[in-house]
Amino acid sequence: MLRQPLTRALTLSSPVRAAPLAARTYAGPPPPPEKFEVFIDDKPVMVVPGTTILQAAAQVGVEIPRFCYHERLAVAGNCRMCLVEVEKSPKPAAACAMPIMKGMRVKTNSDLTRKAREGVMEFLLVNHPLDCPICDQGGECDLQDQSMAFGSDRSRFTDIHFSGKRAVEDKDVGPLIKTIMTRCIHCTRCIRFASEVAGVDDFGTTGRGTDMQVGTYVEKMFLSELSGNIIDLCPVGALTSKPYSFAARPWETRRIDSVDVLDPLGSNIVVATRTNEVLRILPRTNEEINEEWLSDKSRFACDGLKRQRLVTPMMKDSAGNLAPVDWEDAMVAAARAIKDCPPNKLLAVAGDLADAESLVALKDLVNRLGSENTCTEQYFPLDGAGIDFRSSYLFNTKIANIEEADYILLIGANTRFEAPLLNARIRKAFVHKETDIAFIGPKVDLTYDYTHVGDSASVVKDLATGSSTHEVLKRLESARHPVVILGADQLKTPEGAAILAYTQELALRLQDKLEDKNWKVLNVLQRTASQAAALDIGYQPGVGKALQDGPQVVYLLGADSGVVSRDQLPKDAVVIYQGHHGDVGAGMADIVLPGAAYTEKRATYVNAEGRAQQTLVAVSPPGRAREDWKIIRALSEVVGERLPYDSLDEVRDRLAEVSPALVAYGDVQDNNYFAQARALSQSLQKPVSGKVDVQLKQLEDYFMTDTISRASPTMAKCVQAVLKQKQSQY
Amino acid sequence: MAGALTRFFKGAKPQFGIVGPLVNSNAVAVRNQQSQAQAPPAKTRGSPLADCDRVFTNLYGRHDWRLKAAMCRGDWYMTKQILLKGSDWIVNELKTSGLRGRGGAGFPTGMKWSFMNKPSDGRPKYLVINADEGEPGTCKDREIMRHDPHKLVEGALIAGRAIGAQAAYIYIRGEFYNEASNLQVAIAEAYQAGLIGKNACCSGYDFDVFVHRGAGAYICGEETALIESIEGKQGKPRLKPPFPADVGLFGCPTTVNNVETIATSPTICRRGGKWFSSFGRPRNHGTKLFNISGHVNTPCTVEEEMSIPLKELIERHAGGVIGGWENLLAVIPGGSSTPLIPKDVCETVLMDFDALVAAQSSFGTAAIIVMDKSTDIVKAIARLIMFYKHESCGQCTPCREGVSWMNKIIYRFVDGNASPKEIDMLWEISKQIEGHTICALGDGAAWPVQGLIRHFRPELERRMAEYACTYGPSKAERLY
Repeated sequence: MLRQPLTRALTLSSPVRAAPLAARTYAGPPPPPEKFEVFIDDKPVMVVPGTTILQAAAQVGVEIPRFCYHERLAVAGNCRMCLVEVEKSPKPAAACAMPIMKGMRVKTNSDLTRKAREGVMEFLLVNHPLDCPICDQGGECDLQDQSMAFGSDRSRFTDIHFSGKRAVEDKDVGPLIKTIMTRCIHCTRCIRFASEVAGVDDFGTTGRGTDMQVGTYVEKMFLSELSGNIIDLCPVGALTSKPYSFAARPWETRRIDSVDVLDPLGSNIVVATRTNEVLRILPRTNEEINEEWLSDKSRFACDGLKRQRLVTPMMKDSAGNLAPVDWEDAMVAAARAIKDCPPNKLLAVAGDLADAESLVALKDLVNRLGSENTCTEQYFPLDGAGIDFRSSYLFNTKIANIEEADYILLIGANTRFEAPLLNARIRKAFVHKETDIAFIGPKVDLTYDYTHVGDSASVVKDLATGSSTHEVLKRLESARHPVVILGADQLKTPEGAAILAYTQELALRLQDKLEDKNWKVLNVLQRTASQAAALDIGYQPGVGKALQDGPQVVYLLGADSGVVSRDQLPKDAVVIYQGHHGDVGAGMADIVLPGAAYTEKRATYVNAEGRAQQTLVAVSPPGRAREDWKIIRALSEVVGERLPYDSLDEVRDRLAEVSPALVAYGDVQDNNYFAQARALSQSLQKPVSGKVDVQLKQLEDYFMTDTISRASPTMAKCVQAVLKQKQSQY
Repeated sequence: MAGALTRFFKGAKPQFGIVGPLVNSNAVAVRNQQSQAQAPPAKTRGSPLADCDRVFTNLYGRHDWRLKAAMCRGDWYMTKQILLKGSDWIVNELKTSGLRGRGGAGFPTGMKWSFMNKPSDGRPKYLVINADEGEPGTCKDREIMRHDPHKLVEGALIAGRAIGAQAAYIYIRGEFYNEASNLQVAIAEAYQAGLIGKNACCSGYDFDVFVHRGAGAYICGEETALIESIEGKQGKPRLKPPFPADVGLFGCPTTVNNVETIATSPTICRRGGKWFSSFGRPRNHGTKLFNISGHVNTPCTVEEEMSIPLKELIERHAGGVIGGWENLLAVIPGGSSTPLIPKDVCETVLMDFDALVAAQSSFGTAAIIVMDKSTDIVKAIARLIMFYKHESCGQCTPCREGVSWMNKIIYRFVDGNASPKEIDMLWEISKQIEGHTICALGDGAAWPVQGLIRHFRPELERRMAEYACTYGPSKAERLY
């Protein structure tokens, strides 16, 4: 919870690190520091003051081996692998920590450097177990790779025949991370990640000298939603993935770039597969979204993709049980139900994980049949400006820009569990940029200190109208780059429209006063991966009104969050469920059409910022399941309203017609209609009296929030483990 | 342990444009020599110190240590005048005196203090006094703190004035219970007498002194680990740069000095730097507390002139080696981390920084450990390595892994259960540790081994041959 001690902060914010950020922070950027020349292996390179030797070497493409150094963590300088010879210095310098001086001549390939590396390598190996054949890190192990490149070609470990190697007891840090502590080389990356990025000071070292151990002091679970990242950070096999243990070697797997859909951020991922099975999910670097981290749900819920799957079309038999049928029978039955239904009694509901292609196809189909009833499960107030402007429902500041914010107001958004990597960014700003945070809502642990402004909705009103006497208002008004984030949970409440209107009012009032005219203050943090695309395409948020009309046919596109239930429907209503998991939706369906999960289709998702990204096919859909847009396209033919696209490209052309932003992959556009939205919403600024509440309060609430994570045994174990940990005295 | 670990402080000071420690001290020496152009020719060796020239007049606790008695001995005399002469005067006087840090590294104190005279950036400055005397063999600071604590308190005030510090933290090792107690009483007396605290000695200068007791870790005598420890963290050395003079205690500019250095400074200021520099050879000026322990007839701590011959020191003050000088085997001249020197070197070597460097050893803290011929020299060094293995903080690889590896090897050497080829391996391992670590503990562990191999290789080989005779060839012979 503590901010970096000053020394660390000073090391971290070395001019090089801080320069790009600092330049963006101040309206008038300071003149860039004067560069000077240094020599790496006699190659001249111009660097700014404060650059470390390692960074300077990277500029000329010289890679210096390292274990403890990681560019996103504080410099520890303890592995000593990066020692290099510096001319006129009697001893080698640690390249990761030593600021390079003017005219310094560094030799990264001299005898002294090579000997130093070889020596350190030997020391690292002297107590490292020789269990590479059974180590899960094999093939992606820094120690293996670097010992090949820099180590000695022979061993002189005679002492292991006299007294053996050091052995360290393994720790139990929860169901996600397997520890084999004998392999630990004490680089302390995991410790630094836990305390700096995750904000959980659970990790540390105990003992000293050769008895030093990395661990959690007392045996306890690593209570973080970002814990899986220490598996990637660990340069050796000390921390490996428990669910993935002994599953595969990295060279056996196919790696497919994709996008995560289990939270609204759309983190970039790599899906590792073998024999048509998703084995694991790893993060893929994207500085704009997830940097190189990934939240635990996104990483570990992938075993849910193999369970509770809908693998064949099904229909209710005479006994009322779902029975497998052929695609043809299911299609014909579904088409008959749809055709028999009066247009205004046809309702389509899109769920949390629906992709843009199937969303547009379903909407086109329903519209062609004469119905306007296409809804999403998540509600958004339609009064006033509603969803007319993209800026009203997107994360306008953009995730990466959070680092530049100097004051952040969270209104009923528990970012830690709703969007863990957004929270990691906020924490990064908190730690490194002295950003302060205020929070309206129930007291929750956000991993950083914040000003709690109470949980009353009237606080939002007071802030918006300027009548608040709270210091937060003054701080917001004096901030250069304020950010207001409204959680989507608030929009569902009866006072949601008013809270939204007040939030818009507040944000725009702040924005109008800013020097930086490009800075966006207002953010609405959606809860699901599908919502932004669905609203872009023109779905109505929420099913309330449509359900009151008593629909005869309900087409659920992966709608599993339970907002539609049998009780609310007329007795004779037909429910068609299209999706990939047997969950709430399939349980109430008359006809089930098995679709593909996000790893099984090439599909477009729009994240909370409004950034379109696509998933790629990592594995084929199981059994007779098919890609979702194709199912709808086929159904349209049976219904007799053939949709005019036969290939994915044609569907995407249709998406582009609806909104070019939906196919501008990777890009995110600025939204600028805040004033108009405010003007339309001003009438909604009514007195509010309710409480601001969030749905996900504790870590145990985080793990199972959608069909995939609900089907995942690993996520279930996490919930159990967290609950058990909470009963422990630690 | 103290400055034994700060030894590398001198090694890496590139920002001053001076490369090595030798060059550093040269610069000082040159300045000194110019200033005393007409001075008598430089001494070539030290001679026994006259009683009137002793800095520590109550070293043996024969008199009371409290304020009143201390004032009778001359402490706190004219302190106000010294303070009022200002920072530059004090630093200059220290530079003239040629005082080198007494903690082991021997960095010129005046120069160290002058680093603190940069324009202030608003951060407070601190003086940290290293009283974590943990180096085996060293027992000089404790004598000061229990018998002459007011010298230290006064020195803290003067040093604090010289560097512009607003407070001094005295980090005293946890085992020194009585010393901490006496020191605390002395500080309280000084506060009550208005000598420190607000308007210290009526000089208009505010200065606080705090005592911080450690928990007995040797590594906390390394200056940055000591700072971490005061801050309440694990005592693990920091990376340098930034040096404590830039980012030290609580992130503020800090000077870390040894107790003896600080306690000497008031006398230097009162009697003048010239007086102090009249002792010892050039670049090794002053008087020094020597600790003589081991196989001598009367082990003692004694203040002597620098550059006094080792033999004279032992014979005059420690009653000679047990069984006579001829019974001498080797001497560890500067605390456990310095390489030992065999008898033939001991015959002539002078006790100062330069002479011992020339003898491939180090002056360290001037803690002389004498070993006569009854000593199992391999076992003695092995025991030291075990100490360093136990005290390694475990932060950086060469020290964590290397020292415990050396420990395993050298204990096999004790029995001779090793291959002669492994002697070179051990030498190489010690070289792989030396200079590759964050702090100087790695060096301190490597040097005793190097000293042993340098001077007692035949003994090691003899033991191995003996083992092979009795038990057959060592297993290591096959493996290596």
